Amino acid sequence: MTNIIETKNLSKTYDEFKAVDSINLKIKKNSVYGILGPNGAGKSTLISMLCTILKPSSGKAIVNGYDVEKESNKVRDSIGIVFQTRAVDNILTGREHLEMHAALYGVDKNVRKERINDVLELIALGSKIDEHVKNYSGGMVRRLEIGRGLIHHPQILFLDEPTLGLDLRTRESIWKYIEELKNTIDITVILTTHYLEEADHLCDEIAIIDNGKIIKTGSPKKLKEELKSDIITLKTSEKEKFSNILENKSFIQDIFNKDDELKLSVEKGENLIPKIIKIAEDENINIKSIEVSHPSLEDVFIKYTGRKISDTSFNKKSKKMRR
Amino acid sequence: MGEIEGIYTIWLREAKRYVRYRSRIVTAIFTPLLWLLVFGMGLGSAMKFGGVMNNYQSFIYPGIIAQTILFTCVMAGIGIIMDKEYGFLKEIMVAPLSRTSIIFGKSLGISTGAIIQAIILFFLSFLVGVSMTPLIFILGIIVSIIIAIGLSGLGLLIASFMDSMEGFNLVMSFVIMPVFLLSGALFPVTGLPEWLSFIVYLDPLTYGVDALRAIILNNSVMPLEIDILIVSLFAVFMVLLSAIVFTKKEQNLM
Repeated sequence: MTNIIETKNLSKTYDEFKAVDSINLKIKKNSVYGILGPNGAGKSTLISMLCTILKPSSGKAIVNGYDVEKESNKVRDSIGIVFQTRAVDNILTGREHLEMHAALYGVDKNVRKERINDVLELIALGSKIDEHVKNYSGGMVRRLEIGRGLIHHPQILFLDEPTLGLDLRTRESIWKYIEELKNTIDITVILTTHYLEEADHLCDEIAIIDNGKIIKTGSPKKLKEELKSDIITLKTSEKEKFSNILENKSFIQDIFNKDDELKLSVEKGENLIPKIIKIAEDENINIKSIEVSHPSLEDVFIKYTGRKISDTSFNKKSKKMRR
Repeated sequence: MGEIEGIYTIWLREAKRYVRYRSRIVTAIFTPLLWLLVFGMGLGSAMKFGGVMNNYQSFIYPGIIAQTILFTCVMAGIGIIMDKEYGFLKEIMVAPLSRTSIIFGKSLGISTGAIIQAIILFFLSFLVGVSMTPLIFILGIIVSIIIAIGLSGLGLLIASFMDSMEGFNLVMSFVIMPVFLLSGALFPVTGLPEWLSFIVYLDPLTYGVDALRAIILNNSVMPLEIDILIVSLFAVFMVLLSAIVFTKKEQNLM
Protein backbone atom coordinates (compact mmCIF):
# COMPACT_ATOMS: atom_id res chain seq x y z
CA MET A 1 0.00 0.00 0.00
CA THR A 2 1.66 3.18 -1.10
CA ASN A 3 -1.27 5.47 -0.40
CA ILE A 4 -2.20 5.42 3.25
CA ILE A 5 -5.14 7.75 2.74
CA GLU A 6 -7.43 7.94 -0.24
CA THR A 7 -10.63 9.86 -0.56
CA LYS A 8 -13.15 9.85 -3.33
CA ASN A 9 -15.48 12.83 -3.78
CA LEU A 10 -15.49 13.32 -0.03
CA SER A 11 -18.03 16.01 0.87
CA LYS A 12 -19.60 17.53 3.93
CA THR A 13 -22.65 19.72 3.56
CA TYR A 14 -24.38 21.74 6.24
CA ASP A 15 -27.80 22.77 4.98
CA GLU A 16 -26.89 24.61 1.80
CA PHE A 17 -23.31 25.23 2.76
CA LYS A 18 -20.64 22.98 1.32
CA ALA A 19 -17.86 22.92 3.90
CA VAL A 20 -15.96 20.24 2.01
CA ASP A 21 -16.74 19.79 -1.66
CA SER A 22 -15.86 16.56 -3.50
CA ILE A 23 -12.31 16.21 -2.33
CA ASN A 24 -10.04 13.58 -3.84
CA LEU A 25 -6.86 13.03 -1.91
CA LYS A 26 -4.06 10.54 -2.25
CA ILE A 27 -1.55 10.64 0.55
CA LYS A 28 1.62 8.59 0.40
CA LYS A 29 2.73 6.47 3.29
CA ASN A 30 5.42 7.99 5.52
CA SER A 31 5.14 11.42 4.01
CA VAL A 32 4.33 14.72 5.62
CA TYR A 33 1.23 16.06 3.94
CA GLY A 34 0.05 19.60 4.44
CA ILE A 35 -3.46 20.88 3.98
CA LEU A 36 -3.09 24.57 3.43
CA GLY A 37 -5.84 27.10 3.33
CA PRO A 38 -7.28 30.18 4.97
CA ASN A 39 -9.56 30.08 7.99
CA GLY A 40 -12.90 28.53 7.13
CA ALA A 41 -11.59 26.81 4.01
CA GLY A 42 -12.76 23.43 5.30
CA LYS A 43 -9.45 22.09 6.59
CA SER A 44 -10.71 21.04 10.01
CA THR A 45 -13.89 19.59 8.57
CA LEU A 46 -11.83 17.51 6.16
CA ILE A 47 -9.54 16.27 8.92
CA SER A 48 -12.48 15.54 11.21
CA MET A 49 -13.96 13.26 8.58
CA LEU A 50 -10.65 11.44 8.11
CA CYS A 51 -10.47 11.00 11.90
CA THR A 52 -14.01 9.56 12.05
CA ILE A 53 -15.23 12.45 14.18
CA LEU A 54 -17.55 13.71 11.48
CA LYS A 55 -19.62 11.60 9.15
CA PRO A 56 -19.21 12.51 5.48
CA SER A 57 -22.37 13.69 3.70
CA SER A 58 -21.25 11.83 0.63
CA GLY A 59 -18.18 10.28 -0.88
CA LYS A 60 -15.71 7.87 0.61
CA ALA A 61 -12.51 7.92 2.61
CA ILE A 62 -10.12 5.04 3.20
CA VAL A 63 -7.61 5.52 6.01
CA ASN A 64 -4.92 2.90 6.52
CA GLY A 65 -7.03 0.51 4.45
CA TYR A 66 -10.20 1.01 6.49
CA ASP A 67 -13.39 2.81 5.57
CA VAL A 68 -13.93 5.75 7.93
CA GLU A 69 -17.67 5.12 8.14
CA LYS A 70 -17.88 1.35 8.29
CA GLU A 71 -14.71 0.55 10.24
CA SER A 72 -14.34 3.62 12.38
CA ASN A 73 -12.89 1.79 15.39
CA LYS A 74 -10.13 0.31 13.25
CA VAL A 75 -9.40 3.73 11.81
CA ARG A 76 -9.25 5.15 15.32
CA ASP A 77 -6.77 2.46 16.27
CA SER A 78 -4.47 3.45 13.44
CA ILE A 79 -4.41 7.20 13.97
CA GLY A 80 -3.22 9.72 16.50
CA ILE A 81 -4.81 13.14 16.65
CA VAL A 82 -3.70 16.48 17.96
CA PHE A 83 -6.68 18.79 17.91
CA GLN A 84 -6.66 22.42 17.00
CA THR A 85 -7.88 23.41 20.46
CA ARG A 86 -6.26 22.02 23.57
CA ALA A 87 -7.62 18.71 24.75
CA VAL A 88 -6.06 18.19 28.15
CA ASP A 89 -7.36 17.99 31.69
CA ASN A 90 -5.75 20.63 33.88
CA ILE A 91 -5.97 18.64 37.06
CA LEU A 92 -4.12 15.61 35.72
CA THR A 93 -0.36 15.41 35.31
CA GLY A 94 1.31 15.00 31.94
CA ARG A 95 2.27 11.44 32.78
CA GLU A 96 -1.31 10.63 33.72
CA HIS A 97 -2.44 11.86 30.33
CA LEU A 98 0.00 9.49 28.67
CA GLU A 99 -1.00 6.57 30.89
CA MET A 100 -4.65 7.21 30.30
CA HIS A 101 -4.19 7.41 26.57
CA ALA A 102 -2.24 4.16 26.51
CA ALA A 103 -5.04 2.44 28.41
CA LEU A 104 -7.80 3.87 26.23
CA TYR A 105 -6.04 2.67 23.09
CA GLY A 106 -5.41 -0.77 24.52
CA VAL A 107 -1.62 -0.58 24.55
CA ASP A 108 -0.37 -3.82 26.09
CA LYS A 109 0.38 -3.39 29.80
CA ASN A 110 3.86 -4.90 29.42
CA VAL A 111 5.07 -2.32 26.97
CA ARG A 112 3.23 0.68 28.38
CA LYS A 113 6.05 1.94 30.60
CA GLU A 114 8.52 1.59 27.79
CA ARG A 115 6.30 3.42 25.32
CA ILE A 116 5.71 6.23 27.77
CA ASN A 117 9.45 6.53 28.41
CA ASP A 118 10.12 6.63 24.67
CA VAL A 119 7.62 9.41 24.23
CA LEU A 120 8.97 11.28 27.23
CA GLU A 121 12.38 11.31 25.67
CA LEU A 122 10.94 12.72 22.49
CA ILE A 123 8.80 15.44 24.03
CA ALA A 124 11.47 16.43 26.53
CA LEU A 125 9.21 17.77 29.24
CA GLY A 126 11.64 16.72 31.95
CA SER A 127 10.33 16.72 35.49
CA LYS A 128 7.35 18.82 34.42
CA ILE A 129 5.73 15.61 33.28
CA ASP A 130 4.70 14.87 36.86
CA GLU A 131 3.15 18.26 37.39
CA HIS A 132 -0.46 19.19 36.79
CA VAL A 133 -1.03 20.34 33.23
CA LYS A 134 -2.39 23.67 34.45
CA ASN A 135 1.24 24.67 35.10
CA TYR A 136 2.25 24.04 31.49
CA SER A 137 2.92 26.67 28.87
CA GLY A 138 1.16 26.55 25.50
CA GLY A 139 4.14 24.93 23.81
CA MET A 140 4.47 22.31 26.53
CA VAL A 141 0.81 21.37 26.20
CA ARG A 142 1.29 21.00 22.45
CA ARG A 143 4.33 18.77 22.94
CA LEU A 144 2.41 16.67 25.44
CA GLU A 145 -0.50 16.36 23.02
CA ILE A 146 1.74 15.34 20.15
CA GLY A 147 3.51 12.83 22.38
CA ARG A 148 0.21 11.48 23.55
CA GLY A 149 -0.90 11.00 19.97
CA LEU A 150 2.13 8.75 19.43
CA ILE A 151 1.79 6.44 22.44
CA HIS A 152 -0.19 3.78 20.61
CA HIS A 153 2.21 3.80 17.62
CA PRO A 154 -0.28 5.12 15.10
CA GLN A 155 0.34 4.77 11.40
CA ILE A 156 -0.88 8.29 10.86
CA LEU A 157 -0.62 11.38 13.00
CA PHE A 158 -3.09 14.18 12.38
CA LEU A 159 -2.04 17.63 13.49
CA ASP A 160 -4.75 20.24 13.19
CA GLU A 161 -3.08 23.65 13.19
CA PRO A 162 -0.29 22.42 15.47
CA THR A 163 1.27 25.83 16.05
CA LEU A 164 -1.81 28.03 16.08
CA GLY A 165 -1.50 30.74 18.69
CA LEU A 166 2.06 29.88 19.64
CA ASP A 167 4.89 32.38 19.59
CA LEU A 168 7.56 32.14 16.94
CA ARG A 169 10.15 30.40 19.11
CA THR A 170 7.74 27.75 20.28
CA ARG A 171 6.53 27.30 16.75
CA GLU A 172 10.04 26.66 15.55
CA SER A 173 10.66 24.14 18.30
CA ILE A 174 7.47 22.31 17.33
CA TRP A 175 8.64 22.25 13.72
CA LYS A 176 11.96 20.81 14.78
CA TYR A 177 10.11 18.25 16.80
CA ILE A 178 7.92 17.20 13.88
CA GLU A 179 10.97 16.93 11.64
CA GLU A 180 12.73 14.76 14.17
CA LEU A 181 9.67 12.62 14.34
CA LYS A 182 9.60 12.02 10.63
CA ASN A 183 13.28 11.16 10.65
CA THR A 184 13.12 8.73 13.56
CA ILE A 185 9.94 6.71 13.06
CA ASP A 186 7.77 5.39 10.27
CA ILE A 187 4.79 7.63 10.36
CA THR A 188 2.60 9.61 8.02
CA VAL A 189 1.93 13.10 9.29
CA ILE A 190 -1.02 15.08 8.06
CA LEU A 191 -1.16 18.66 9.14
CA THR A 192 -3.44 21.53 8.45
CA THR A 193 -2.12 25.02 8.62
CA HIS A 194 -2.66 28.50 7.40
CA TYR A 195 0.96 29.40 8.00
CA LEU A 196 2.71 29.21 4.68
CA GLU A 197 6.18 29.00 6.18
CA GLU A 198 5.00 26.00 8.13
CA ALA A 199 3.79 24.12 5.08
CA ASP A 200 6.90 25.09 3.16
CA HIS A 201 9.19 24.04 5.97
CA LEU A 202 7.66 20.71 6.89
CA CYS A 203 5.66 19.19 4.09
CA ASP A 204 6.68 16.79 1.35
CA GLU A 205 3.46 17.55 -0.39
CA ILE A 206 0.67 20.02 0.08
CA ALA A 207 -2.88 20.54 -1.02
CA ILE A 208 -4.14 24.08 -1.24
CA ILE A 209 -7.76 24.15 -0.25
CA ASP A 210 -10.19 27.02 -0.49
CA ASN A 211 -13.96 27.12 -0.14
CA GLY A 212 -14.02 23.39 0.49
CA LYS A 213 -12.26 22.50 -2.76
CA ILE A 214 -8.73 21.42 -3.53
CA ILE A 215 -7.26 24.00 -5.84
CA LYS A 216 -3.80 22.61 -6.29
CA THR A 217 -1.60 19.79 -5.03
CA GLY A 218 2.10 19.10 -5.27
CA SER A 219 5.35 19.49 -3.40
CA PRO A 220 6.04 23.02 -2.16
CA LYS A 221 9.09 23.11 -4.39
CA LYS A 222 7.19 22.03 -7.46
CA LEU A 223 4.38 24.45 -6.82
CA LYS A 224 6.81 27.29 -6.57
CA GLU A 225 8.64 26.18 -9.69
CA GLU A 226 5.40 26.09 -11.58
CA LEU A 227 5.09 29.78 -11.00
CA LYS A 228 8.09 30.03 -13.32
CA SER A 229 9.13 33.31 -11.95
CA ASP A 230 12.36 33.47 -10.07
CA ILE A 231 13.57 37.02 -9.87
CA ILE A 232 17.19 37.82 -10.67
CA THR A 233 18.20 41.18 -9.30
CA LEU A 234 21.43 42.67 -10.56
CA LYS A 235 23.27 45.93 -10.23
CA THR A 236 25.39 47.36 -12.95
CA SER A 237 26.65 50.77 -14.04
CA GLU A 238 25.46 50.25 -17.60
CA LYS A 239 21.89 49.40 -16.88
CA GLU A 240 20.26 50.70 -20.07
CA LYS A 241 22.68 48.96 -22.37
CA PHE A 242 22.48 45.63 -20.57
CA SER A 243 18.72 45.80 -20.44
CA ASN A 244 18.57 46.28 -24.20
CA ILE A 245 20.83 43.31 -24.77
CA LEU A 246 18.90 41.00 -22.48
CA GLU A 247 15.51 42.00 -23.83
CA ASN A 248 16.04 39.83 -26.92
CA LYS A 249 17.07 36.69 -25.04
CA SER A 250 14.48 33.92 -25.06
CA PHE A 251 14.98 32.89 -21.41
CA ILE A 252 13.90 36.28 -20.11
CA GLN A 253 10.20 36.62 -19.45
CA ASP A 254 10.18 40.17 -18.27
CA ILE A 255 12.53 42.98 -17.32
CA PHE A 256 11.87 45.64 -14.73
CA ASN A 257 13.99 48.73 -14.44
CA LYS A 258 13.91 49.83 -10.87
CA ASP A 259 16.07 52.54 -9.32
CA ASP A 260 19.63 51.36 -9.80
CA GLU A 261 18.58 47.72 -10.11
CA LEU A 262 17.58 45.50 -12.96
CA LYS A 263 14.99 42.84 -12.12
CA LEU A 264 14.69 39.87 -14.46
CA SER A 265 11.74 37.53 -14.29
CA VAL A 266 13.02 34.07 -15.30
CA GLU A 267 12.61 30.36 -14.89
CA LYS A 268 15.09 28.47 -12.70
CA GLY A 269 17.22 31.47 -11.87
CA GLU A 270 20.24 29.62 -10.47
CA ASN A 271 20.96 27.94 -13.79
CA LEU A 272 20.92 31.25 -15.60
CA ILE A 273 23.40 33.18 -13.53
CA PRO A 274 26.54 31.88 -15.32
CA LYS A 275 24.88 32.58 -18.64
CA ILE A 276 24.03 36.13 -17.72
CA ILE A 277 27.48 36.80 -16.38
CA LYS A 278 28.98 35.43 -19.56
CA ILE A 279 26.83 37.75 -21.68
CA ALA A 280 27.91 40.67 -19.55
CA GLU A 281 31.58 39.75 -19.91
CA ASP A 282 31.28 39.41 -23.67
CA GLU A 283 29.78 42.87 -23.83
CA ASN A 284 32.30 44.27 -21.39
CA ILE A 285 29.68 45.19 -18.88
CA ASN A 286 30.63 45.20 -15.25
CA ILE A 287 28.13 43.55 -12.90
CA LYS A 288 28.38 44.80 -9.32
CA SER A 289 26.07 42.27 -7.71
CA ILE A 290 23.60 39.59 -8.68
CA GLU A 291 21.10 37.58 -6.67
CA VAL A 292 18.23 35.16 -7.20
CA SER A 293 15.05 35.13 -5.19
CA HIS A 294 12.47 32.36 -5.33
CA PRO A 295 8.75 32.83 -5.16
CA SER A 296 7.22 32.08 -1.79
CA LEU A 297 4.25 29.84 -1.17
CA GLU A 298 2.41 33.06 -0.58
CA ASP A 299 2.91 33.86 -4.27
CA VAL A 300 1.63 30.39 -5.12
CA PHE A 301 -1.38 30.94 -2.95
CA ILE A 302 -2.13 34.30 -4.50
CA LYS A 303 -1.87 32.86 -7.95
CA TYR A 304 -4.37 30.07 -7.33
CA THR A 305 -6.86 31.78 -5.08
CA GLY A 306 -6.47 35.31 -6.26
CA ARG A 307 -5.82 36.63 -2.78
CA LYS A 308 -3.43 36.54 0.11
CA ILE A 309 -3.92 33.82 2.70
CA SER A 310 -4.04 36.23 5.59
CA ASP A 311 -6.68 38.64 4.35
CA THR A 312 -9.55 36.25 3.85
CA SER A 313 -12.69 37.41 5.51
CA PHE A 314 -14.59 34.30 6.37
CA ASN A 315 -18.33 34.33 6.66
CA LYS A 316 -20.28 33.47 9.77
CA LYS A 317 -21.36 30.13 8.53
CA SER A 318 -17.96 28.74 7.89
CA LYS A 319 -16.76 30.03 11.20
CA LYS A 320 -19.49 28.13 12.96
CA MET A 321 -18.77 24.97 11.05
CA ARG A 322 -15.19 24.97 12.06
CA ARG A 323 -16.02 24.70 15.71
CA MET B 1 -11.03 -6.70 27.93
CA GLY B 2 -10.35 -3.48 26.07
CA GLU B 3 -13.76 -2.13 26.98
CA ILE B 4 -13.41 -3.04 30.66
CA GLU B 5 -10.05 -1.38 30.83
CA GLY B 6 -11.55 1.62 29.06
CA ILE B 7 -14.30 1.84 31.66
CA TYR B 8 -11.71 1.55 34.41
CA THR B 9 -9.55 4.27 32.85
CA ILE B 10 -12.42 6.72 32.59
CA TRP B 11 -13.52 5.87 36.12
CA LEU B 12 -10.00 6.44 37.40
CA ARG B 13 -9.73 9.87 35.84
CA GLU B 14 -13.09 10.90 37.28
CA ALA B 15 -12.15 9.63 40.74
CA LYS B 16 -8.82 11.45 40.62
CA ARG B 17 -10.59 14.66 39.71
CA TYR B 18 -12.95 14.25 42.63
CA VAL B 19 -10.20 13.66 45.15
CA ARG B 20 -8.09 16.54 43.85
CA TYR B 21 -10.86 19.10 44.18
CA ARG B 22 -10.96 18.86 47.95
CA SER B 23 -13.17 21.88 48.46
CA ARG B 24 -15.94 20.05 46.70
CA ILE B 25 -15.98 17.32 49.33
CA VAL B 26 -16.20 19.85 52.14
CA THR B 27 -19.21 21.68 50.68
CA ALA B 28 -20.80 18.40 49.76
CA ILE B 29 -20.78 17.36 53.41
CA PHE B 30 -21.65 20.75 54.81
CA THR B 31 -24.95 21.13 52.93
CA PRO B 32 -26.51 17.85 54.09
CA LEU B 33 -25.45 18.62 57.65
CA LEU B 34 -27.26 21.94 57.42
CA TRP B 35 -30.38 20.15 56.30
CA LEU B 36 -30.14 17.51 58.98
CA LEU B 37 -29.15 19.64 61.90
CA VAL B 38 -30.79 22.98 61.17
CA PHE B 39 -33.79 22.14 59.02
CA GLY B 40 -34.43 18.76 60.65
CA MET B 41 -34.00 20.06 64.18
CA GLY B 42 -35.94 23.26 63.52
CA LEU B 43 -38.94 21.75 61.81
CA GLY B 44 -38.85 18.68 64.03
CA SER B 45 -39.02 20.79 67.17
CA ALA B 46 -41.67 23.14 65.84
CA MET B 47 -44.17 20.49 64.82
CA LYS B 48 -45.36 17.18 66.04
CA PHE B 49 -45.87 14.68 63.25
CA GLY B 50 -48.37 11.89 63.44
CA GLY B 51 -47.82 8.27 62.54
CA VAL B 52 -44.46 6.63 62.13
CA MET B 53 -42.23 9.48 62.97
CA ASN B 54 -41.02 9.83 66.47
CA ASN B 55 -38.08 11.86 65.38
CA TYR B 56 -38.20 14.08 62.29
CA GLN B 57 -34.40 14.33 62.06
CA SER B 58 -33.97 10.60 61.78
CA PHE B 59 -36.90 10.43 59.38
CA ILE B 60 -35.25 12.76 56.88
CA TYR B 61 -31.78 11.21 57.39
CA PRO B 62 -32.14 8.66 54.54
CA GLY B 63 -33.75 11.35 52.43
CA ILE B 64 -30.80 13.68 52.93
CA ILE B 65 -28.37 10.92 51.94
CA ALA B 66 -30.38 10.49 48.74
CA GLN B 67 -30.38 14.24 48.25
CA THR B 68 -26.60 14.41 48.53
CA ILE B 69 -26.28 11.70 45.90
CA LEU B 70 -28.79 13.51 43.68
CA PHE B 71 -27.04 16.88 43.80
CA THR B 72 -23.54 15.46 43.41
CA CYS B 73 -24.38 13.13 40.56
CA VAL B 74 -26.53 15.40 38.45
CA MET B 75 -24.14 18.31 38.85
CA ALA B 76 -21.08 16.19 38.09
CA GLY B 77 -22.91 14.66 35.13
CA ILE B 78 -23.53 18.12 33.75
CA GLY B 79 -19.84 18.75 34.40
CA ILE B 80 -19.13 16.85 31.21
CA ILE B 81 -19.91 20.19 29.54
CA MET B 82 -16.74 21.52 31.14
CA ASP B 83 -14.87 18.64 29.55
CA LYS B 84 -16.37 19.73 26.29
CA GLU B 85 -15.44 23.36 26.80
CA TYR B 86 -11.89 22.53 27.83
CA GLY B 87 -11.62 20.07 24.99
CA PHE B 88 -10.80 16.97 26.98
CA LEU B 89 -13.97 15.23 25.84
CA LYS B 90 -12.53 15.00 22.33
CA GLU B 91 -9.61 12.95 23.58
CA ILE B 92 -12.04 10.47 25.09
CA MET B 93 -14.52 10.47 22.24
CA VAL B 94 -11.98 9.59 19.55
CA ALA B 95 -10.64 6.64 21.53
CA PRO B 96 -11.50 3.25 20.05
CA LEU B 97 -14.07 2.55 22.76
CA SER B 98 -17.83 2.08 22.68
CA ARG B 99 -19.99 5.04 23.75
CA THR B 100 -21.72 2.84 26.32
CA SER B 101 -18.40 2.08 27.99
CA ILE B 102 -17.54 5.77 28.03
CA ILE B 103 -20.85 6.72 29.64
CA PHE B 104 -20.74 3.82 32.07
CA GLY B 105 -17.16 4.61 33.12
CA LYS B 106 -18.11 8.23 33.53
CA SER B 107 -21.15 7.47 35.69
CA LEU B 108 -19.17 5.02 37.81
CA GLY B 109 -16.58 7.73 38.36
CA ILE B 110 -19.16 10.32 39.31
CA SER B 111 -20.88 7.81 41.57
CA THR B 112 -17.62 7.20 43.39
CA GLY B 113 -17.57 10.79 44.53
CA ALA B 114 -21.19 10.62 45.62
CA ILE B 115 -20.58 7.39 47.50
CA ILE B 116 -17.64 8.87 49.40
CA GLN B 117 -20.04 11.53 50.64
CA ALA B 118 -22.71 8.96 51.43
CA ILE B 119 -20.21 6.95 53.48
CA ILE B 120 -19.29 10.01 55.50
CA LEU B 121 -22.98 10.64 56.15
CA PHE B 122 -23.49 7.03 57.20
CA PHE B 123 -20.72 7.47 59.75
CA LEU B 124 -22.43 10.59 61.08
CA SER B 125 -25.69 8.75 61.78
CA PHE B 126 -25.20 9.17 65.53
CA LEU B 127 -25.77 12.91 65.11
CA VAL B 128 -29.42 12.27 64.38
CA GLY B 129 -29.83 9.37 66.76
CA VAL B 130 -29.85 6.57 64.18
CA SER B 131 -28.00 3.40 65.09
CA MET B 132 -25.73 1.96 62.40
CA THR B 133 -24.85 -1.71 62.02
CA PRO B 134 -22.46 -3.24 59.48
CA LEU B 135 -25.39 -4.80 57.64
CA ILE B 136 -27.27 -1.51 57.38
CA PHE B 137 -24.07 0.15 56.24
CA ILE B 138 -23.31 -2.38 53.51
CA LEU B 139 -26.87 -2.59 52.20
CA GLY B 140 -27.19 1.19 52.35
CA ILE B 141 -24.02 1.68 50.32
CA ILE B 142 -25.06 -0.87 47.71
CA VAL B 143 -28.41 0.88 47.21
CA SER B 144 -26.65 4.26 47.15
CA ILE B 145 -24.35 3.04 44.36
CA ILE B 146 -27.32 1.99 42.24
CA ILE B 147 -29.08 5.30 42.84
CA ALA B 148 -25.89 7.20 42.03
CA ILE B 149 -25.34 5.45 38.70
CA GLY B 150 -28.88 6.24 37.60
CA LEU B 151 -28.66 9.87 38.62
CA SER B 152 -25.27 10.44 37.01
CA GLY B 153 -26.73 8.93 33.87
CA LEU B 154 -29.51 11.50 34.17
CA GLY B 155 -26.96 14.29 34.56
CA LEU B 156 -25.01 13.11 31.50
CA LEU B 157 -28.23 12.86 29.52
CA ILE B 158 -29.18 16.43 30.39
CA ALA B 159 -25.66 17.59 29.55
CA SER B 160 -25.86 16.10 26.08
CA PHE B 161 -28.67 18.56 25.33
CA MET B 162 -26.82 21.56 26.72
CA ASP B 163 -24.23 23.70 25.00
CA SER B 164 -22.82 25.53 27.96
CA MET B 165 -23.10 25.85 31.71
CA GLU B 166 -25.46 28.77 31.21
CA GLY B 167 -28.44 26.44 31.26
CA PHE B 168 -27.44 25.17 34.68
CA ASN B 169 -29.97 27.28 36.59
CA LEU B 170 -32.74 25.79 34.51
CA VAL B 171 -31.59 22.31 35.40
CA MET B 172 -31.43 23.28 39.08
CA SER B 173 -34.99 24.64 39.04
CA PHE B 174 -36.64 22.16 36.74
CA VAL B 175 -34.81 18.91 37.44
CA ILE B 176 -32.80 18.79 40.64
CA MET B 177 -35.18 20.61 42.97
CA PRO B 178 -38.38 18.89 41.77
CA VAL B 179 -36.75 15.46 41.89
CA PHE B 180 -35.58 16.21 45.43
CA LEU B 181 -38.79 17.71 46.79
CA LEU B 182 -41.05 15.13 45.17
CA SER B 183 -39.03 12.18 46.43
CA GLY B 184 -40.50 12.15 49.92
CA ALA B 185 -37.08 12.93 51.35
CA LEU B 186 -38.67 15.50 53.67
CA PHE B 187 -42.18 14.13 54.20
CA PRO B 188 -44.02 10.82 54.21
CA VAL B 189 -45.51 9.98 50.83
CA THR B 190 -48.56 8.35 52.31
CA GLY B 191 -51.74 10.35 52.72
CA LEU B 192 -50.90 12.96 50.07
CA PRO B 193 -53.55 14.48 47.77
CA GLU B 194 -54.02 12.28 44.76
CA TRP B 195 -52.40 14.60 42.19
CA LEU B 196 -49.32 15.03 44.33
CA SER B 197 -49.14 11.36 45.14
CA PHE B 198 -49.25 10.61 41.40
CA ILE B 199 -46.25 12.83 40.66
CA VAL B 200 -44.36 11.56 43.68
CA TYR B 201 -44.56 8.01 42.39
CA LEU B 202 -43.24 9.11 39.00
CA ASP B 203 -40.09 10.39 40.65
CA PRO B 204 -37.39 7.71 40.50
CA LEU B 205 -35.75 9.09 43.62
CA THR B 206 -38.92 8.27 45.63
CA TYR B 207 -37.95 4.60 45.36
CA GLY B 208 -34.36 5.34 46.29
CA VAL B 209 -35.40 7.24 49.39
CA ASP B 210 -37.91 4.52 50.27
CA ALA B 211 -35.24 1.84 49.89
CA LEU B 212 -32.78 3.70 52.08
CA ARG B 213 -35.51 4.30 54.65
CA ALA B 214 -36.34 0.60 54.59
CA ILE B 215 -32.72 -0.29 55.22
CA ILE B 216 -31.82 2.38 57.75
CA LEU B 217 -35.08 2.87 59.65
CA ASN B 218 -36.78 -0.40 58.78
CA ASN B 219 -39.74 1.69 57.72
CA SER B 220 -40.90 1.90 54.13
CA VAL B 221 -43.97 2.36 51.98
CA MET B 222 -43.08 -0.29 49.43
CA PRO B 223 -41.25 -3.61 49.80
CA LEU B 224 -37.48 -3.14 49.62
CA GLU B 225 -37.15 -5.55 46.68
CA ILE B 226 -39.57 -3.50 44.58
CA ASP B 227 -37.68 -0.30 45.43
CA ILE B 228 -34.34 -1.84 44.49
CA LEU B 229 -35.77 -3.28 41.28
CA ILE B 230 -37.14 0.11 40.16
CA VAL B 231 -33.96 1.97 41.10
CA SER B 232 -31.85 -0.61 39.21
CA LEU B 233 -34.05 -0.40 36.13
CA PHE B 234 -33.73 3.37 36.26
CA ALA B 235 -29.93 3.10 36.40
CA VAL B 236 -29.70 0.73 33.43
CA PHE B 237 -32.18 2.81 31.45
CA MET B 238 -30.36 6.10 32.11
CA VAL B 239 -26.92 4.76 31.18
CA LEU B 240 -28.18 3.17 27.99
CA LEU B 241 -30.27 6.17 27.03
CA SER B 242 -27.42 8.62 27.49
CA ALA B 243 -25.09 6.30 25.59
CA ILE B 244 -27.57 6.31 22.70
CA VAL B 245 -27.99 10.07 22.80
CA PHE B 246 -24.21 10.56 22.99
CA THR B 247 -23.70 8.37 19.97
CA LYS B 248 -26.35 10.32 18.09
CA LYS B 249 -25.09 13.72 19.11
CA GLU B 250 -21.44 12.78 19.06
CA GLN B 251 -20.62 15.22 16.32
CA ASN B 252 -21.93 18.18 18.29
CA LEU B 253 -19.74 17.22 21.21
CA MET B 254 -16.54 17.90 19.42
